[in-house]
Amino acid sequence: MPTTASKTRTFDVEQVRRDFPALHQDVYDDTPLVYLDNAATSQKPQVVIDRLSTYYEQENSNVHRGVHRLSQNATDAYEDAREAIRDYINAPTDEQVIFTRGTTESINLVANTFGKRLKAGDEVVITEMEHHANIVPWQMLRNDIGIELRVVPISDEGVLNLDALRNALTEKTKLVSVVHISNALGTINPVKEIVDLAHERDIPVLVDGAQSVPHGPVDVQDIGADFFCFSGHKMCGPTGIGVLYGRHDMLTSLPPYHGGGDMIDEVSFEKTTYADLPHKLEAGTPNIADAIGLASAARYISDLDTDGMTRHEHDLLDYATEQVSMIPGLSIVGTAPEKASVVSMAFDDLHPYDVGTILDRLGVAVRTGHHCTQPLMKRLGLPGTLRASFAFYNTRDDVDALAEALDTAATMLR
Amino acid sequence: MPTTAVDDRAQEIVDEFAFFPDWMSRYQYLIEMGDEIPLIDEAYKTDEYRIHGCQSKVWIRTDYDESQNVLTFKGDSNAKITKGLAALIIRVLDKQPPAVVENATFDFLDEIGMREHLSSQRNNGLAAMIEQMKTRASRYS
Repeated sequence: MPTTASKTRTFDVEQVRRDFPALHQDVYDDTPLVYLDNAATSQKPQVVIDRLSTYYEQENSNVHRGVHRLSQNATDAYEDAREAIRDYINAPTDEQVIFTRGTTESINLVANTFGKRLKAGDEVVITEMEHHANIVPWQMLRNDIGIELRVVPISDEGVLNLDALRNALTEKTKLVSVVHISNALGTINPVKEIVDLAHERDIPVLVDGAQSVPHGPVDVQDIGADFFCFSGHKMCGPTGIGVLYGRHDMLTSLPPYHGGGDMIDEVSFEKTTYADLPHKLEAGTPNIADAIGLASAARYISDLDTDGMTRHEHDLLDYATEQVSMIPGLSIVGTAPEKASVVSMAFDDLHPYDVGTILDRLGVAVRTGHHCTQPLMKRLGLPGTLRASFAFYNTRDDVDALAEALDTAATMLR
Repeated sequence: MPTTAVDDRAQEIVDEFAFFPDWMSRYQYLIEMGDEIPLIDEAYKTDEYRIHGCQSKVWIRTDYDESQNVLTFKGDSNAKITKGLAALIIRVLDKQPPAVVENATFDFLDEIGMREHLSSQRNNGLAAMIEQMKTRASRYS
């Protein structure tokens, strides 16, 4: 039986680590893995892995249409998963939890339903720190319909300019689409304030929570966003599953996204009527197993001592910031006062690819490159950064390993 | 089967790398090789000469010497490891007839463990580099 950290309500990182089998392996034969690429994807606890196995071993069946026992079990598990996610993000109803493939599909869903109703000259406001998933779908709408994209600038430290955001909102603005936590800089945006600013003008807001949900439950009602989306795999869940949450009236008013099974009420060759939420927006056989796995991940995180977890992540951020700041020629990219446990770095004389390659050989897994935020990198004048992103299961030893590996890489490369 | 100049050069590299006992010294050597690459003129660091598919920037220029029927290569990269890889490939292919460049194989990269140490994305970048050099060679063969 795997140990389950959830049994204790005091956050104990060593106990938590025992729940994650992938953390306990060597890479390149004999080098212990130090996994610091959590903003890209997190590792999975044994309970999630086991839940997926149980589904395939005992419950595998299609949902919603079967009259047989297994189908009923699978349907129950799938709809229970929706309930677990509703609970995790404090959505008012299950119907407001739409399962998608992830953040990217969620934003595309909004762009292709809500967005398709916009007209030429309407404006969508985004920020300079968006990742490609919150840029490209709007650009595609710009090409299709002729909407305008307004991009709110950030400071050199990576802080969003709220005055500029306020000024960007006009009667032409039809949506503000903003990242909750920047994957490349770690900046935590004041999304409640942004929502308030937009709502003063009756402008809906989409919050991209891909990087916020891994740090503990999020309250979508408190944030007040009209849409909120995230991916499962960054919060200890499986890949290929994510969520779009929406305000009830907003989701009800959306036209279907994909046409097919499960999203219909009645179909004839003349006419089709559509199912109610949430099924209207979930055409075809859904990703049943991974939705169930995601629910398991949400319960796992919720059962942790979340205050302790937050303190631990803050400690990792502070300690990492202090340790890497001592490395000559290395600067931290993104120094907003409100930051998640993401440390993006750049050497003044070394390419991130070179450093990342050496780090990898030393067992330290970080991200190098533009982090799917090419316009942000251009804004910062960097080819990319080295990004260490910490999860709650990382330790100060991991930070030490990172700092030591950075030193070694710099010595080798200079 | 008789060896070719390309085979001999590749074997030379394999022998050189075999001298180094661990991955760190091999990387170090690769980086040093990058310092010896015949450098492309700054003026040619344009999109036309850029190898796309690499995370770092790489430029390779090919010139054909008709009188000798050989190709010469020059290159550069803004990343040292990539530059070292470019230097390896150029060292093997430089001043060879277009047909030889076109048909060259690069098994020696496996033998020195370079492919194993590169992520698939970087291996794709390396493959793109080789592919582009061969495509250019095909124009003269």
